[in-house]
Amino acid sequence: MTLLEASGGTALCRVPYDEKLIGNPETGVIHGGVITSLLDNTCGIAVGVKTKLVGAIATLDLRIDYMKPATPKQDILAFADCYRVSRNIAFVRGLAYHTDKDDPIATCTAAFMLGTKSFRGANLPAKEGE
Amino acid sequence: MQILKAAAAEGRKVDLQALVDAIPYCRFLGIRVDRKGTELTTILTFSPHLIGNPVLPALHGGVIGAFLETTAIIQTAFEIGGASLPKPVDINIDYLRSGRPVDTFGRAVITKQGRRVVNVHAEAWQDEHTKPIAALRGHFLVASDEAES
Repeated sequence: MTLLEASGGTALCRVPYDEKLIGNPETGVIHGGVITSLLDNTCGIAVGVKTKLVGAIATLDLRIDYMKPATPKQDILAFADCYRVSRNIAFVRGLAYHTDKDDPIATCTAAFMLGTKSFRGANLPAKEGE
Repeated sequence: MQILKAAAAEGRKVDLQALVDAIPYCRFLGIRVDRKGTELTTILTFSPHLIGNPVLPALHGGVIGAFLETTAIIQTAFEIGGASLPKPVDINIDYLRSGRPVDTFGRAVITKQGRRVVNVHAEAWQDEHTKPIAALRGHFLVASDEAES
């Protein structure tokens, strides 16, 4: 998986087609779990660029709607937009597609917990003036 | 899928390990199935390539999601016994605890079986079944009509 763009509160990633990612050996369609993984990651990166927290983020929940099977042998792109950050939680929506965002393979919404315990204090952005 | 078709034609339950081994992404993750009668447990053997956060370290959330999704698919394929793999329509994953770098187990229950769609609930745990690390709820299309696939 490669990160293509990350700016504002958005991120764009690509996962190239690979035979080891196949979920249905008869059709060659990628496993749904690959899309799950890609969207989870892309959403996490969008939260990261929006909040400047790196690593101190944990997925709370992730909902994915599968619109159509991915086309075999084509790369998959994922776009995520972190549209709201509160004190503890970040909300993100994302989609996976081949070439056209208006014809998605899957869409998702996710919520992330910010400043998770294992990282608390270690990774938070410096306050103004510090 | 051929494995499912053959089992359905002979009126027997499918060999689940053979089914999982026929799916490249499941092989990549290293998923195994333990069947005791009608009780299925899926096993995600720990391996370093499943790590998502090397600092903690913790299993990748996407890997846990994929494991739960596979658990739900295997349970559905086992119970319904159609000729093709159940297809995900939507899934909702709740991440409850961080996945430690140890083996993970999964079980799924079909909450509601419809003619075309099933509702499935799956849970993943590590040391204690009562302390799940993640849970999935989802709908899967089980229409056996090959023309629809």
